Amino acid sequence: MLNRVLIAEDLYLLRDGLVHLLQAHGFNVVGAVETGPELLKALVELRPDVSVVDVRLPPTFTDEGLQAALAARAKVPGLPILVLSQHVEQLYARELLADGSGAIGYLLKDRVFNADQFVDAVRRVAGGGTAMDPEVIAKLLASNARHEPVAGLTPREREVLEVMAEGRSNAAIAQRLFLSESAVAKHTASIFAKLDLAQSDDDNRRVLAVLAYLNSR
Amino acid sequence: MRFRWALAVLAKAIIEAVAAVVALVCLALVFCLGMVFLFPPMVRTVRRLTGWTRRLARVHAGMEIATPYLPEPPPPVQLADGWYRSSRTLYRTPRIPAWNDRWKWMIGDPATWRDLLWLVWDPFVTVVLAPALLVAPRIGLRAYAYWCRLLLAPTAAMRLAGQVDHLHRVRSLAMDTQAAEMRRIERDLHDGTQARLVALGMTLGAVEELVDRNPEAAKALLAKARDTSSDTLTELRRLVRGIHPPILAERGLGDAVRALAMDSPLKVDVEVELPQRPQAPVEAAVYFAVSELLANAARHGNAEHVGIDISHNEDDLRVTVVDDGVGGADPSRGSGLVGIERRLSAFDGVLAVSSPPGGPTTATMSVPTVLSGPWPWAKLPKMPRWKLAVVIVAWTTAWLPMFPQGIVPGIMKIFGNEDKVWFLALHLPEPWQWPTIIAMTVLGTGLYTLGFALPAAYSETSRSSC
Repeated sequence: MLNRVLIAEDLYLLRDGLVHLLQAHGFNVVGAVETGPELLKALVELRPDVSVVDVRLPPTFTDEGLQAALAARAKVPGLPILVLSQHVEQLYARELLADGSGAIGYLLKDRVFNADQFVDAVRRVAGGGTAMDPEVIAKLLASNARHEPVAGLTPREREVLEVMAEGRSNAAIAQRLFLSESAVAKHTASIFAKLDLAQSDDDNRRVLAVLAYLNSR
Repeated sequence: MRFRWALAVLAKAIIEAVAAVVALVCLALVFCLGMVFLFPPMVRTVRRLTGWTRRLARVHAGMEIATPYLPEPPPPVQLADGWYRSSRTLYRTPRIPAWNDRWKWMIGDPATWRDLLWLVWDPFVTVVLAPALLVAPRIGLRAYAYWCRLLLAPTAAMRLAGQVDHLHRVRSLAMDTQAAEMRRIERDLHDGTQARLVALGMTLGAVEELVDRNPEAAKALLAKARDTSSDTLTELRRLVRGIHPPILAERGLGDAVRALAMDSPLKVDVEVELPQRPQAPVEAAVYFAVSELLANAARHGNAEHVGIDISHNEDDLRVTVVDDGVGGADPSRGSGLVGIERRLSAFDGVLAVSSPPGGPTTATMSVPTVLSGPWPWAKLPKMPRWKLAVVIVAWTTAWLPMFPQGIVPGIMKIFGNEDKVWFLALHLPEPWQWPTIIAMTVLGTGLYTLGFALPAAYSETSRSSC
């Protein structure tokens, strides 16, 4: 069971809330840190199964959390980290995805409101998958909307692509869009053909391929 | 080539000699016989001559001589009853008030009188410089330009007046822009966030009512409250982005513009070359300007590809945005471009737009001296107390050995004056007198040197305090 979790958040209320939320869902909180340097040290020393990290941390309140996450993943490739932020940027998503090793998440802080979905995202990241905020995906698709071949997708295929890029499995996509799993499989095959990407059964590989494709634009 | 221009200067001198005589006659007629109508044409003619000279100095001697004249008065404003007013008199047509304004503008401008002074002297100076102009035109032209700058360039006072005027205008523009921003933020907070929070509070109140009687309905309302809070956050995020984008605070101008480029539906190439971050307000102004230009390119310009280049040359921050759209952007019509100009003008920045019909559109922004390097003396350490004391002692005592005990008795001895007064050296036996005088002078010089040299290595603040 992958349940050793580290939390990095400078606001006491939110940090405390996250600790309680994750403990209530069966996680074992091995640490809760406040600053960037502490975070980097804890990430490398504790090697938690998953970490929930705020982008903006003391001492400079810029992007310490993100930098610490990137530095830790450079030292420990594939270290699962879920980054939380008050705002989402394609630039940050691109930096997080750049190493292509998965086990990464990037969500708006608002998503914590929906406990089930948030815990699901944490579990996905812990399991080596991805969890991208729908807003990031929407931005990625919007900025590619006018370019071939994204422009050549049918509306239904775009919907499937959006949910898939968040890091969902075929089953989850089917449930969300009220489709049968075989229909989803058909759509994904068509999407991969149109985007000229290698087909893969592995959910994570598949998502990374899509994100890499969108990011490379 | 230069030789030909040297000859032109000589030819000009002849014209000027004639012009000077005519101008003096005109002045006499204006002030002795009251033929005031001669004054404006005379001043205009003189200004044309000085204009030629300035251009000549710039092009052929490489010397920039700025124009010192006060700005021309605005045309008279028609009053509500259709009359025009000049001081206490009303006129039916704008001609006389306009003429009065022009007269006051010309006669009150010190540059007019400096021009006349220059005109009278210039033929003589040219004659003196004639050998140099003919033999070594390069040096001659240079010397001539120096002479012209003496009288034709604005004086420090004129320049200061111009600067004050400029700052005044820029300040009021900046205040207007800021006030408009504040109003926009207030409106957004009032209509959006505040209203949503009120709705949230009301929903929660309803939940309180329902929670015992109808738990199901209460649950539904709670879900609604959660949605409202999420919407409020989204809206606040948009608002924050409009005030100061978080990525700008976190990463600086370069990455913030890259993020803008990624969010744009256009293909945008960004090149950034900045050694350090500009000051935060400048970063924000440039960021919003780039954002506006990108939006314009997508909305009106029908562009597909945009290139953004951010660089610095010397102390200027320079941003160029080029798109391949249809062109035809006009800063005087597009309010967006005017907004950018206003924002930049607060930092003495300028926007230049070249947008021929059919494209491409190139917008270049330049903001001077924004790279926040430390002032050279800010790096210097503060002067320690004891050194400050030494400097004060040196400055207060140096005069004593230098003058009354050194130089003055020396002079008196040279001239054979026998008054000993309080000059120490003259009271000593003869063989000691000269060595004492020299030693006193050296001591005084040493103290003055100390007074100058010690503070030079320390920062301005402590230097001004001593």
